[in-house]
This record gives sequence, C-alpha cells and structure tokens, in this order.
Amino acid sequence: MSDTQATKSGIDNGAFDFLDERTGIAKALKNNLRKIFPDHWSFMLGEIALYSFIILLLSGTFLTFFFVPSQEEVIYHGSYAPLAGLQMSQAYASTIDMSFDVRGGLLMRQIHHWAALIFLAAMIVHLLRVFFTGAYRKPREFNWLLGIGLLTLGILEGFAGYSLPDDLLSGTGLRIAEAIVQAIPLVGTYLAFFLFGGPFPGHIFISRLYTIHVLLIPAIILALITVHLMLVWFQKHTQYPGPGRTEKNVVGYPLMPVYMAKAGGFFFIVFGITAFLGALFSINPIWLYGPYNPSQISAGSQPDFYMGWLDGLVRMAPNLETHAFGHTISWNILIPALIVPGIFFTGLALFPFLESWVNGDKNEHHLLERPRNAPTRTALGVGGLTFMIVALINGGNDIIATHFGLSINQIMWFSRIGIFLLPVISFLITKRICLGLAHKDRDTVLHGRESGRLVMLPNGEYIEVHEQISADEKWTLTQHKQYDVIAGQTNVDSNGLQRATGIKGRTRRALSKWMYGEQVAKPTTADLEIESGEH
Amino acid sequence: MKRLSKYRRHPLAAALVIGLGLLLVGSIYAFATPAAPAEASNARNQAVQEGRQMFLKGCSSCHGLNAEGTKIAPSLIGVGAASVDFQVGTGRMPMADASVQAMAKTPQYSPTETMALAEYIASLAPGPAIPSQESLNYSRDGNLAQGGALFRTNCAMCHNFAGQGGALSQGKYAASLMGVPPQKIYEAMITGPQSMPVFGDRSLTPLQKLSIIKWLKNAENEKAQGGIALGKVGPVTEGLLVWTLGLGLLIGAAVWLGAKSK
Ligand code: HEC
Ligand code: HEC
Ligand code: HEM
Repeated sequence: MSDTQATKSGIDNGAFDFLDERTGIAKALKNNLRKIFPDHWSFMLGEIALYSFIILLLSGTFLTFFFVPSQEEVIYHGSYAPLAGLQMSQAYASTIDMSFDVRGGLLMRQIHHWAALIFLAAMIVHLLRVFFTGAYRKPREFNWLLGIGLLTLGILEGFAGYSLPDDLLSGTGLRIAEAIVQAIPLVGTYLAFFLFGGPFPGHIFISRLYTIHVLLIPAIILALITVHLMLVWFQKHTQYPGPGRTEKNVVGYPLMPVYMAKAGGFFFIVFGITAFLGALFSINPIWLYGPYNPSQISAGSQPDFYMGWLDGLVRMAPNLETHAFGHTISWNILIPALIVPGIFFTGLALFPFLESWVNGDKNEHHLLERPRNAPTRTALGVGGLTFMIVALINGGNDIIATHFGLSINQIMWFSRIGIFLLPVISFLITKRICLGLAHKDRDTVLHGRESGRLVMLPNGEYIEVHEQISADEKWTLTQHKQYDVIAGQTNVDSNGLQRATGIKGRTRRALSKWMYGEQVAKPTTADLEIESGEH
Repeated sequence: MKRLSKYRRHPLAAALVIGLGLLLVGSIYAFATPAAPAEASNARNQAVQEGRQMFLKGCSSCHGLNAEGTKIAPSLIGVGAASVDFQVGTGRMPMADASVQAMAKTPQYSPTETMALAEYIASLAPGPAIPSQESLNYSRDGNLAQGGALFRTNCAMCHNFAGQGGALSQGKYAASLMGVPPQKIYEAMITGPQSMPVFGDRSLTPLQKLSIIKWLKNAENEKAQGGIALGKVGPVTEGLLVWTLGLGLLIGAAVWLGAKSK
C-alpha cells in the first residue's frame, strides 16, 4: 500500500520536475497561485459580467447549429400553427423551428437572451462601482477605457443579436437604426446603402450581421476582456480602505485555493440563475411578433433595455429638420441618437483624465474612495444615471401609459423637462447627502459614536454618552485624500505645479472650485488633541 | 328573420315593403288570417318605439332628441345597429363622464333593450347591421395564420402584436382584445369606435375579418410557450425583470459569498 503511494507520488514529482526543469513553471505557479485578491461583494460584479459572457459563448454556439442567417423567403411548414403557410425569411423560420422543433432549442434561446441582458446589466453596475469608488484613477485609466469599450461593444453585440431572428420587432429596430445612420450628415445615405447592400431591408444584411454577431464582436470582446483581466492581475486589485490596508499592499485571500474555489462556485451560481430565468420566463417570443414585414408595426415596439434609453431620447426629440443645399438634416434624430450619446460616452471615457487634470493628482491609487469623500463626483454620477433613467422611462412611455393609466403626452413632457431638470436636482441632493455623511464621519472621529445611552447630569440636563471609536476606525474615516481648490493668486498650485494661465487655467480653476470648493475638512491631529483635551 | 334583417336597409327595401304590404292587405281580405311578416314588422315597430323611449331617457341629453348630435356627442344617424350594439353592448354607452375616451364597463341595458335601441337608430337611416351569430362561425371559416398576418398589418400598430392593447396619443388607448366576444370584434371593425378606423368590406372582406377573429380567439387560448409571458408587451417587462429579480438574485449571491468568507 504505502509502496504504491510512494511510487505514485514519485511519478508525479518526476513528471512535474520534468516540466518544471524545462519551463520554470513551479516558480510562476507559486507566484501566481499565491496572488492575493481582496474580498468584497462589489468586486464580484465584473465577475458576473465575465461569467454571463461565457454563458453567451456557450449558448450562442448551440444556436449557430440551427440558425440560418439568410433573408431568402420560404413558406413556413413547421409545427407552430398560427404561422402555417406564411411567407418569411429563413432566418425567422429557422429561429421558429429552433424554438418549437429542436429539443432544448427554446430554452437555449431564452438562456442566451437572458444572459445577454445580465451581461449588459452587470457591466453597467460594475462600471458604477468603479466610478463611485474612484477605482479608475491612476494607474487604472486604461482599464477604465477598456471597460467603456466593452460596454459599447456589448450594446452593439446585443443589438446585432436582437436583429438576427428577423421578426417584427427586430426589423422595426433595424429600420430605426437605418434612419439613425441616414441622419449622419453627408455620408449617411451612402453609408446606410453600403451597410444594407441596397435599399432597406435588402437581401444580405442578416448574413453580414451574423458574421458580426458570432465572430467579429465576440472576438474583439474576448480580446479586450483578456487585456482587461491581465491588467487587473498586474496592477493588482484595488481595496477599500481599512486597518492594515495601504496603497502598497493587498489584503485578501490567495488565488489558490480560496479565490478560485469561490470564483468557480460563483460561476455555477450565475449559470444557475440564468438557467432559472431561461426556464421560467419567456423572453423575445418572436412567434408572437410575426415575421418582419416593412408594412407592419406593433404598438409598443421597443428595443432591449440597453438600447431603450437611445429610443427614449429619439422619442422625446421635437420634430426639427433643416433643408439646405438639397440635403435634409434631421436634427430630431441626429441630436438624440448621435450627438447626445456621443457626448455622454466621450465624457464618461475621459472622466479619469479630466479629474486628474483638475486636481493635479498624478499619484497612483490602490485604495478606493468612499463615495461621500468625493461629493461632487458622486453627485455627478448620480446625475448622469438619472439622465439615463429618464431617457429609459421615455423609451417605455407607451407601456407605462397603458399600465399606469397615464397619457403618452404627459410622460413625454415629463421626460422632456425631466431630462434637463432631474439630473440637476439629483446632483444637488446627492451632494448634500454626501456632505452630510462626511460631517457625520467627522463628528464620529472627534466625539465618538452616539451610544444611545442617556445620562442625567447633576443639574438635571440630559446628555447622550458618546463612545470613542478605535484607532483603526479613526484611520479608516480619515485616511482619504482631500484636494484643495487651486488658489487664484499665486502662480503655483498646491501640488507645486506651474499653473496654466489663460482660458485653460481659468477653466481648470473654475472646475477645481466646483469639484472641491465644498468639502467637509477631515479632522486634523490638532483637532483631535483639542477634543481629547476638552473631555 | 336574421337573413331578412340584413337587407332591411337596402334602397329597394322600402318599395319592397310597400309592395308586400299591399299584397298583404289583399291576402288578409282573401284569407282573413293574420300573416307572419305583418307580426314581425309590428314587433319591429314596437321595438323601434321602445328604443326611442329609452333613447329619449338615456341618450338624448348628449346625442340630441332625434339623435342628430350635439356639441358634446356625435350624430347617430346612419351609424347603424352594429355601432349601437357595440357601444351599448360593451357598456361604453351611455358614457359615464366626459373622459377622453368612453370606457368599456358592465352594460347598463339588457340584450333586448340594446336590440331595441339598435332598431331605433337603424330605423333613422341605413347603416351597418349587427352580424348574425351564424355568420361568425370562426372555428369553421377563416385562416388562422392569414388572420395573424392581417392582424399585424391592420391592427397591431394600435392593439399591440398580441392584441394586448396599446397607448395612443393624448391619453387615449386601444383596448386589449382578449376576451372580447367575436360579434363585438366584428362590430368594432365595421363601425370603428372612437379613434379606431372603419374597416369596410373592401379593406377587409368578411372572410378576412373572420380570420382575424379566429387568430385572436386562438391567441386568447394559446398556452404560454417558454414560461411566464410577462404581459406580452415586448422587451420593457423583460428589462424590468432582469434589473429586479435577475440582478437581485445575482448580487444577493455575491453578498452571500462575500459574507461567507469572513
Ligand atoms: C354623456 C354623454 C353621452 C351619453 C349619455 C350617451 N352618449 Fe353615445 N356618445 C357620446 C360621445 C361623446 C360619443 C363619441 C365618442 C367618440 O367618438 O370618442 C358617443 C358615441 C356614440 C356612438 C358611436 C357613434 C359612431 O360614430 O359610431 C353610439 C352608437 C352611441 N354613442 C350610442 C349611444 C346610446 C345608444 C346612448 C344611450 C344608451 C348613448 N350613446 C349615450 C356621448 C354620450
Ligand atoms: C388607429 C388605431 C386602431 C386600429 C388600427 C385598430 N383599432 Fe381597434 N380600437 C382602437 C381604439 C382606440 C379602441 C378603443 C375604443 C374604445 O375604447 O371605445 C379600439 C377598440 C377595439 C375593439 C373593442 C375592444 C373592447 O374592449 O371592446 C375591438 C374588438 C377592436 N378594436 C378590434 C380591432 C381590430 C380587429 C382591428 C384591425 C382590423 C383594429 N381594432 C384596428 C384603435 C384601433
Ligand atoms: C456579448 C455577447 C453576446 C450578446 C450580448 C448576444 C446577444 C444576442 C441576442 C440578444 C440575441 C437574440 C436572441 C433571441 O431572443 O432570439 C442573439 C441571437 C443569436 N446569437 Fe448572440 N449574443 C452574444 C454572443 C454570441 C455568440 C458568441 C454567438 C455564437 C458563437 C452568438 C450566436 C447567436 C445566434 C446564432 C443568434 C440567433 C439565433 C436566435 O436569435 O435565436 N451570440 N444574441
């Protein structure tokens, strides 16, 4: 018995040594498998996106076995009676066949579509986590850009997939996409003609879209995800501030076995939840929509939510067109569908660079910021989110109208005014809340935490006893960096950088005042000493 | 009876009735026995009279004493028995209040009273007649899939792809078509209630209308494929579900896993 054991392990070692001597793998493994990852649920949001992407790859591959990417017209003879004998494209017919005549086909379609929604929703909440904690700061600006790229590609990929089955809603969506492309000045008409290979809907578009959907974009996404994760690996993960956590270390668990086991388990949980949705809830019931037919349209035609905000913006735009030099410029499409989203996404992408330009901070940051300690940024994020939510609500205005007994016009006007007003209001409210919370932190550090115990003083007055907090907690609440507003007089700012003058300098000063003009100063050592002297 | 009533507003109907009447008078003299058609026309006259009384009581305040219309409600001359049967039979009329749209509610008139009202309005001027039950044998006539295609071309833009209803401008809406009796569907098509257009026999033949009814009735009873249907209103409810239940479960699992390791 023990003999076999010995030989066995001997063989194992031998094989491993053989490999190690030639590749140096032991050292690499030792370094990598012992790599430490911090632990917090909000760090798993990106993982949800990653796992749902894997689910998309797997379920999508299944779909390719049955889906026929062709706009060739056929007569349907399958088992779904309400479509029997109708003319439709092969793309639509094959998706119907897959749904009703392929075992597990409908389940796979539904898993694929739910996974697509989860993929995008998870990317969005992941992005919000990164934004609100300042995780994008140096040295992670590049990974932030990759993330924005992934989100954009995810939206495009989802839209491409949504358009493949060639049903009534997907065709309606493509028609709008065509109108958006056509609205691009000068080249629009030509570009649309080129994309669709002729007047809409043409004959080749689905097959082009298919290649884009199953090959081109997934390959790019896969490549970007790889770089994204490698950067996380090399730059190490950020962590929330806390005792023992510094800009120089990472506190958490080793990759092997703790983190791997957890990550593996989490993959199966994500898969399980996606399968649960796919098995229980119908999604994209294209047999009810019918085959695409340019002369048909349904009430409440909507895209998936990740395009819904765009649809909402287009719906709320007033009818504005100018005719010049024999061209029509459709501002009502150009502004909501191209200019506004362009500004939004560019602003989002450039935010890290903008911020560090304003505060002059060129240091590396591995500790995350608590949202309350960057009040203007947090407020800006909530304002942007509010903007998107208002747009999304207007995208579903007809459904909201019928289900809540409202008028489409009321919702339209609510959105038209709200899209300007509500982001500002939510910005102001969020900033107040952040400053309030920061105040509370300051009080807690200085006076301790309210204990809820009341004590009567000899003179009859009641006071609440405050409990001092630990040094660790004090550190957590005071470790954050605060930026000064760039002063107006001197020519050198607080970080010792030569201040640019002229319009650039003035813009920077104004932005700096806007971002850091209103802060709750964190307690200094002197403050603390005065406090402890008093009590 | 039913067959006859279909022709009663034919231009030649009056002449025919007079001719028949003369013939009848002669026959009565000849046989001194009351004939069936006379009874029928008497019964109809009576219904028209009753209908007129009810109309004066319940409808004339809005539609005018002779159904000629007022500032607040349209004229009913020429709208036909079908329109009255639809509006009163679905409870839309009498209109409850001055809302943007007459709402369907529990009918306030019994079927015979409704018929009387319809007879009265039909007696004012010819208009679309009430389709007979036997002409609405949708389970025998019509083509299911064609009905679906016709529905998507003619009706889905207002009533949604699955007949679930949809919003129109200014707070108006196209009602859900689930559970509406075939006769009322047919009447809606030939009379075009409120903002709905009229679909005459030239835009949709009677057989095509039957096909649409066939498809609607099938959609009503179709078993849900692929799980819970989420209202059959398209991607909005799907998005809502993913942001609530889907992400809720996923983040819940993440928090749970995060807590486990502490
Ligand atoms: C409170 C006022 C009011 C009362 C009472 C009322 N109606 Fe109406 N009716 C209306 C209005 C307003 C319309 C037009 C609705 C529209 O087109 O939006 C209408 C429309 C109709 C139509 C449809 C006309 C068409 O063009 O097809 C019919 C039929 C009708 N009413 C019958 C009746 C009958 C029968 C009664 C009595 C039982 C009645 N109404 C009582 C206000 C009223
Ligand atoms: C321009 C939009 C529009 C189109 C197109 C349209 N409808 Fe309607 N339809 C309406 C509106 C609005 C109502 C609601 C009237 C009301 O509530 O009084 C309605 C009501 C109905 C009703 C009555 C529902 C009920 O609850 O009693 C039926 C049945 C109906 N439509 C069938 C059809 C059919 C079948 C078609 C296609 C042949 C069609 N409609 C096309 C707007 C439309
Ligand atoms: C980021 C990744 C992806 C997203 C967001 C995405 C999204 C979608 C969506 C929303 C649909 C419509 C599904 C429906 O309801 O019918 C779809 C269809 C489809 N997808 Fe994907 N997909 C992704 C990746 C892939 C991959 C990697 C493949 C193949 C290897 C693939 C293959 C297909 C096929 C064949 C269809 C058409 C069949 C059908 O619609 O049922 N997808 N995709």
